Amino acid sequence: MLRFAVRRLLGAIAVLFAISVLVFLIFNVVPATNPAQRIAGKNATPQLIKNVEKEWGFDKSLPEQYWTQMKLIFTGEATSYSLAHINIDERILEGIPVTASLCIGAAIIWLAFGILLGYISAMNAGGLVDRFVTVIALIGISMPVFWLASIFLYYLTYKVELFPASGYEPLSNPGKWASHLILPWISLAVLFAGFYSRVLRSSMLDVMNEDYVRTARAKGLSQRRVTVRHVLRNSLIPIVTLFGLDFGVLIGGGAIITESLFNLEGVGYFTAEALGQQDFPSIMAVTIFGAFFIVLFNTFVDIAYAYLDPRIRLGTSAV
Amino acid sequence: MSDGASTGTAGGPLLEVTDLVKHFPIKSGLLVDREVDQVRAVDGISFYVNKGETLGLVGESGSGKSTACRAVLQLLKPTSGSVKFEGREIAGLSRRELRPLRREMQMIFQDPYASLNPRKRIGQIVGDQLKIQKVASGKELRTQVEGLLERVGLSPEHYNRFPHEFSGGQRQRIGIARALALGPKLVFCDEPVSALDVSIQAQIVNLLDDLQDEMGLTYVFVAHDIGVVRHISDRIAVMNHGKIVETGDADQVCEHPRDDYTKKLLAAVPIPDPRESRARRERTTAG
Amino acid sequence: MSAATEAAPAQPGAGGGPLLAVENLRVGFATEDGRVQAVDGVSFELEPGEVLAIVGESGSGKSVTAQTVIGLTRSPNSHIEGSVRLSGEELTTQSESQLQKVRGSQIAMIFQDPMTSLNPVYTVGKQIVEAIRAHDSSIGKKAAHARAAELLGAVGIADSERRVDDYPHEFSGGMRQRAMIAMGLALEPSVLIADEPTTALDVTIQAQILHLIQDLNRSRGLATILITHDLGVVAEVADRVLVMYAGKVVEQGTLDDIFYDPQHPYTWGLLGSLTRLDQPRPHRLPQISGSPPSLLRLPKGCAFRPRCPHEFAKCKEVPGLEARLPADPNHCDRCWLEPEQKARLREIEGRIGLEEPA
Ligand SMILES: Nc1ncnc2c1ncn2[C@@H]1O[C@H](COP(=O)(O)OP(=O)(O)OP(=O)(O)O)[C@@H](O)[C@H]1O
Ligand SMILES: Nc1ncnc2c1ncn2[C@@H]1O[C@H](COP(=O)(O)OP(=O)(O)OP(=O)(O)O)[C@@H](O)[C@H]1O
Ligand code: SF4
Ligand SMILES: [Mg+2]
Ligand SMILES: [Mg+2]
Repeated sequence: MLRFAVRRLLGAIAVLFAISVLVFLIFNVVPATNPAQRIAGKNATPQLIKNVEKEWGFDKSLPEQYWTQMKLIFTGEATSYSLAHINIDERILEGIPVTASLCIGAAIIWLAFGILLGYISAMNAGGLVDRFVTVIALIGISMPVFWLASIFLYYLTYKVELFPASGYEPLSNPGKWASHLILPWISLAVLFAGFYSRVLRSSMLDVMNEDYVRTARAKGLSQRRVTVRHVLRNSLIPIVTLFGLDFGVLIGGGAIITESLFNLEGVGYFTAEALGQQDFPSIMAVTIFGAFFIVLFNTFVDIAYAYLDPRIRLGTSAV
Repeated sequence: MSDGASTGTAGGPLLEVTDLVKHFPIKSGLLVDREVDQVRAVDGISFYVNKGETLGLVGESGSGKSTACRAVLQLLKPTSGSVKFEGREIAGLSRRELRPLRREMQMIFQDPYASLNPRKRIGQIVGDQLKIQKVASGKELRTQVEGLLERVGLSPEHYNRFPHEFSGGQRQRIGIARALALGPKLVFCDEPVSALDVSIQAQIVNLLDDLQDEMGLTYVFVAHDIGVVRHISDRIAVMNHGKIVETGDADQVCEHPRDDYTKKLLAAVPIPDPRESRARRERTTAG
Repeated sequence: MSAATEAAPAQPGAGGGPLLAVENLRVGFATEDGRVQAVDGVSFELEPGEVLAIVGESGSGKSVTAQTVIGLTRSPNSHIEGSVRLSGEELTTQSESQLQKVRGSQIAMIFQDPMTSLNPVYTVGKQIVEAIRAHDSSIGKKAAHARAAELLGAVGIADSERRVDDYPHEFSGGMRQRAMIAMGLALEPSVLIADEPTTALDVTIQAQILHLIQDLNRSRGLATILITHDLGVVAEVADRVLVMYAGKVVEQGTLDDIFYDPQHPYTWGLLGSLTRLDQPRPHRLPQISGSPPSLLRLPKGCAFRPRCPHEFAKCKEVPGLEARLPADPNHCDRCWLEPEQKARLREIEGRIGLEEPA
């Protein structure tokens, strides 16, 4: 298991390197316009453009450019010119607790509800309960996040004033922290909960037809034990995959809409800002940062996978 | 010297395997692989198969029969040893060099269900090889595939069906049609009838027999059922623990086995005749 | 009857009747193309210590019959009629939770496909332990684990102490099949249903497993339903035989009845297709031509009619399962031919067969 984990982590590092090169090439080589010009902003003086050119290494060879830029981004020296000269890395680091609070809370909610609903649905497949849950899940899936968030904001904070309007409160005051996050959590979780419940339902229905489930029943295990230990456990494998991807995307700055609408100044919020300003260094940093999390969580998923399915673990160590 | 005799080995065997070894290393180590042990799946076997004949391969489960077939076909890279096909060494050839040989050597797999892609139509499954090797395409491809289906006792109208619409015996025929598509000279049959009931077994065995007569095929036939192996084989090789312990004429091996393991194997074959099996049981309990 | 039944200590069923009685069992599945009547009126009885073999065409409903006995085919798309009684107690009407007590502990089942019948995510040992502890939670985990290792040893897995902690994919096909058998025997059931228990095994291990089952038949009165396509295995261990075709029993009788006096042409075909080591090999294996009928569109009358070389006018009516030999009321079949005709028609080149090979 350890051997497997170490190998996967090394693999992840290689992938990250490849991604950073790719991002670098897309941002620097592909566009036709002068990259320094774009970094400096629309109203930049020729002098500023010169400085930028030097700072970002555009006067050097491509590998050197890559090196300079990555150094800027990873050592926390990259500054944004369009966004009031803020330090990009600091801005991202500040955003992480906010985004993490949002994503972890939402993830707990969506996993709990997704699994619960999927389970209920699969256990009653074809019945009334199943149809009811299906409708709920489909509503959840088809409700746009911005719409749901706006409805929440309008009715529950503005009209009824049940929840504080928006913004983030640090965890040092847990009550306040939670009350500020509860609506964003729900808005973000609804879509995923609905989606996961569908995936789990179909996965469970597949597993229920597996021969080994029949074996489990033939052993005289209780219905409950069969469904939990044999059906549910084996059905969670696709859910783990999805979760790794989704969670990586969100924490890497993908919760753009939720963060923006609820005024949570997390990574997604910053991404939105950067996109709005077409701020080239920030977009590049956020992209690499996002990729980092996606790869990281995929690696976790692989490791979790290996835990859930011994064939994968042992298969790799036998090769 | 060898002008005109480029096909060479007029008298020699079609396939000649010498000291073939296939070990599976068991590796360990956190970052760098260290070989800690190995599974000696095939441990130095030698045999030959003449053109137009059938070699039966029997032996204990796990004795390396499937591994041997794969290693001969170069589907697994042999650890060492030589494999000569039509007098030419093929062990160690690159993939590219092997490609033309794939047309001449084919394998029919044990499990008819698992080896057919459930989402592909029968016509595609059988025709894929022809397409990949650029033997035929379009209308001609279809005619050829339909011809093959007919030859294995299916009808051309099965062309557009999916594997799940067929019974076990029919699926095995599809596997055979696929293996025959490129007109191979040598076919490895890895337990092609184990999962089938006797009457369907008989259909498949007869079909293989007919195809051998019509097309001059050569078979290596692996099975647990020694009765079936004897029926179809000219010679039989018995494997145990990665080695061939006995080879010989089929009837000879079955009636006068020399090796102890072969004797044990034959003594365990159930006799489909209640009186005789009862008598045998009494003999063994008495002795 | 046979040696095995005599040797069995008569274990009286609760009501004095047979240990297991299946009566007029019918199982249908609703499918998209219509209703598949997989089992159509199967009846049989099983006494303690007896081995009943079920043979028949692939898809003839052998596995479905066996699984229905312990209620495993219950599902929204299945329709089950008839009765299954264990020591006089009706099982078809029992609830799932009542059946749980029967499954595994009184009737154990070994499934056909060893490759897929074990859960890939748990070790083999854990899955056996689970079976043991499901019925008796007073057994500690350690004790159950030791018992699992012991059972694996009993079915001939070498080094079972260590292999008990292997995952199923680390076992070869034959080893998995033996693990299934160990699991089936774990709770000392009174009935064992074994669905093709030896297909993945070579003959030496097969013989070992068959001996194990036979020992249990004799020593404990274990009653066994053995489903197999290997008539050699049947000849070795069975006391009575059911031959199934297209969801129906087409012939039933003692082992000797079926092998030496078979009444149904399909049975002749099966016997004729055998390859025998102790006889000179025929030039061609006799086969039953044609393919099994679709259960969605069964032929009218005798289901074997399209493949039967002896069919005649009467065959358009469905033949009942009756004893047609006055001397033997327990030997029944579903063929309209007269017994004398049968005795003549089944002789092919000095042995039993359906027709001369083409
Ligand atoms: N990829 C592999 N890695 C490690 N060991 C392997 C691998 N493939 C096969 N083996 C081992 O090699 C040995 C021979 O396996 P093989 O499948 O050739 O046996 P076989 O004679 O075909 O048996 P069977 O009759 O059960 O099909 C077995 O002990 C098996 O566990
Ligand atoms: N759940 C199901 N839904 C629909 N049809 C089914 C279902 N289960 C089995 N059948 C059908 O019932 C028939 C009998 O199947 P069964 O598995 O009992 O055959 P069998 O006699 O055991 O054959 P084999 O020797 O191939 O194992 C088959 O035609 C099969 O397709
Ligand atoms: S009833 Fe007729 S068709 Fe059916 S098996 Fe007998 S002779 Fe053949
Ligand atoms: Mg094999
Ligand atoms: Mg079956």
